[in-house]
Amino acid sequence: MKLSANDYPRAAAQLLREQPQVRQAVTGATLNFDQKRQKAYAEVEAEAWRRWAEGVKNHLLMDLDRYLEEAEASLKRNGVQVHWAEEASAAQRIVAQIARAHQVRTVVKAKTMLSEELGLNPLLESLGLEVLETDLGEYIIQMLGQPPSHIVGPAIHLGLEEIRRLFHQRFQTPLEASPEELAAVARKRLREGFLRAEMGISGANFVVAETGTIALMENEGNIRLATSAPRLHVALVGIEKLLPRFSDLSVFLSLTARAATGQRLGTFVSLIQGPRRPGEPDGPEEVHVIFVDNGRSSLLADLEAWETLRCVRCAACLNACPVYRQTGGHPYGYVYSGPIGAVLNPGLVGLEQAKPLPYASSLCGACFQACPVRIPIPRLLLSWRHRAVEEGLTPKAEAAAIQGYAWAMTRPWAYRLATRALRLLPEKALDNTILPVLRAWSAGRAGLAPSPRSFQQLWEAGEV
Amino acid sequence: MRLVKVSLFITCLADQFFAEAGVAAVRLLRRLGCEVDFPPGQTCCGQPAYNAGYWAEARRVAKHTLGVLEAAEYVVLPSGSCTTMLRAFYPELYRDQPCLFARAEALSSKTYELAEFIVKVLGVARLGQGLEGRRIAYHHGCHALRELGLRQEPLTLLRSAGAEIVDWPAAEECCGFGGLFSVKLPEVSLGMADRKLDTLPQADCLTSADGGCLLHLAGRIQKRQLNLPIKPLASLLWEAVQ
Repeated sequence: MKLSANDYPRAAAQLLREQPQVRQAVTGATLNFDQKRQKAYAEVEAEAWRRWAEGVKNHLLMDLDRYLEEAEASLKRNGVQVHWAEEASAAQRIVAQIARAHQVRTVVKAKTMLSEELGLNPLLESLGLEVLETDLGEYIIQMLGQPPSHIVGPAIHLGLEEIRRLFHQRFQTPLEASPEELAAVARKRLREGFLRAEMGISGANFVVAETGTIALMENEGNIRLATSAPRLHVALVGIEKLLPRFSDLSVFLSLTARAATGQRLGTFVSLIQGPRRPGEPDGPEEVHVIFVDNGRSSLLADLEAWETLRCVRCAACLNACPVYRQTGGHPYGYVYSGPIGAVLNPGLVGLEQAKPLPYASSLCGACFQACPVRIPIPRLLLSWRHRAVEEGLTPKAEAAAIQGYAWAMTRPWAYRLATRALRLLPEKALDNTILPVLRAWSAGRAGLAPSPRSFQQLWEAGEV
Repeated sequence: MRLVKVSLFITCLADQFFAEAGVAAVRLLRRLGCEVDFPPGQTCCGQPAYNAGYWAEARRVAKHTLGVLEAAEYVVLPSGSCTTMLRAFYPELYRDQPCLFARAEALSSKTYELAEFIVKVLGVARLGQGLEGRRIAYHHGCHALRELGLRQEPLTLLRSAGAEIVDWPAAEECCGFGGLFSVKLPEVSLGMADRKLDTLPQADCLTSADGGCLLHLAGRIQKRQLNLPIKPLASLLWEAVQ
């Protein structure tokens, strides 16, 4: 996916101005998801589940090299072919080789964010392949040529009317078609795709090191079809997606479903144990797992940021985030949006390429409370901001202002002088100023006026 | 009964913009049997620098405040966010400096937000009947709510004085202030304020323990010409004992 995270402030402002319906659609959908999550958490000992899941992922990450080798051995034992990709380009090469070796013409894709990260669709299309996204939301945004706006609900930014118009243009459905009718049209076309495709590409919610199990959870059945109908199944797996033991799956699957959509479990859970075996009537002839690093191992070595790698991509933090709700995911300018994107993207693409993202938060802390693996997102945001300062990536005027502030605030006489100066300003001076900070404040807010006398002045006058 | 000695840390924002709330806080604490002093030399807690990533500058300001408040028995602030700065973030700022860390921990353990102090330390849950019949919208500041876990304390005090807390679906959502966030991303910040205000039911006034949120919301209310008075929590609690 094209990286434009440095454009976040402008893109967010423009979207709010020009497409107010996005704010409405995203706010409605995320509030709904978030309420369901809260209910689903309340049904169980969510706090204990979260702490346990955090512990399992921490353990995994501390021993990741060993678990990756164990996973490779288990997968091979199951007859799965294992590939390693250090960078996006390596993963692209591997997928292209598999496709070429089997003369693939059509690829069906189950929803995978990693594939967005790797820029797989444009690559496959450049090789002359037909690429069909089969998650309904992904199918819709693929037609519109847009990237996902949300990790779980990629078309969350679209309202029903926009989808009706799109289907009307493409498939001549009536403009007042019901969501069920629209889904039926998509289903028919997707079914044809599943039968035509030689290759299915998926991600993975989890890969179990102990048993080599590829675990996938969904609600539409498209992932099961995409991973079982075509001759080839290729699973793209970030190296942090492992779980140590098979028995870890039960809580992780349910916790992820609760966090993501408020379900106790996704409607379909596929546990894939390798390709079709002799005597089995269906399933792919070959299963490939591509383990992708693409910046993850350097993130793991980062003492300030490694906890981001616990992420299970449930998007609970997006749903809980009042900042994300204003714009959806597009202004964030990279695959992952919302709070997790704001801390993960700088780690994956480098802070210089994602400078504004750690500031795309009011530090309200709702993300941390929602996160099923307790990633301390507010602390990580602060840590990225600190790093921006250390690396000289913040505006010079800001750095100077903060230094001036710290100078004055460590000198009580200077603070008192500022207190007096503030009261000598003419009335409404703070509302009509050329100072950029105050201008940004007063553009949408009125009536900023100091108390006639400060508390300190009142105290010293003996009036308290 | 021994007098409880309280040092008020007014916080720069309340000092400059909500001086009367500081006065109300002092009178209320005195009414509840506290001896209140105002340690001289206090300025800002350092949060603007901390949140913006300028930790060296934040440490300098924090160290100054540590010195100002060191002798206090209890430190009380009319602000949830600045309380969080002293209580949670000061120790984090000094995690690699053992001596300052110990001083920060000591300050942390005696620092309270006003309503929290009244309920938890003074053990007072009823404050007279001065808010009888008032319909109040309570905005939970994010730091007080999610970092310090304060939810019931202010509500208990307001209700005990006869106020009705209106049912506000977005009461616990961020208002979009966020310090420098409000001017770095003003459009997003205002969108968040509007979401708060658009879901607000009929109320006599809007209150919060956090002056930053109130300045931001009051500014937005005035800009949109909505008719809703803003009152800092301390002022309402003082009215409660009248």
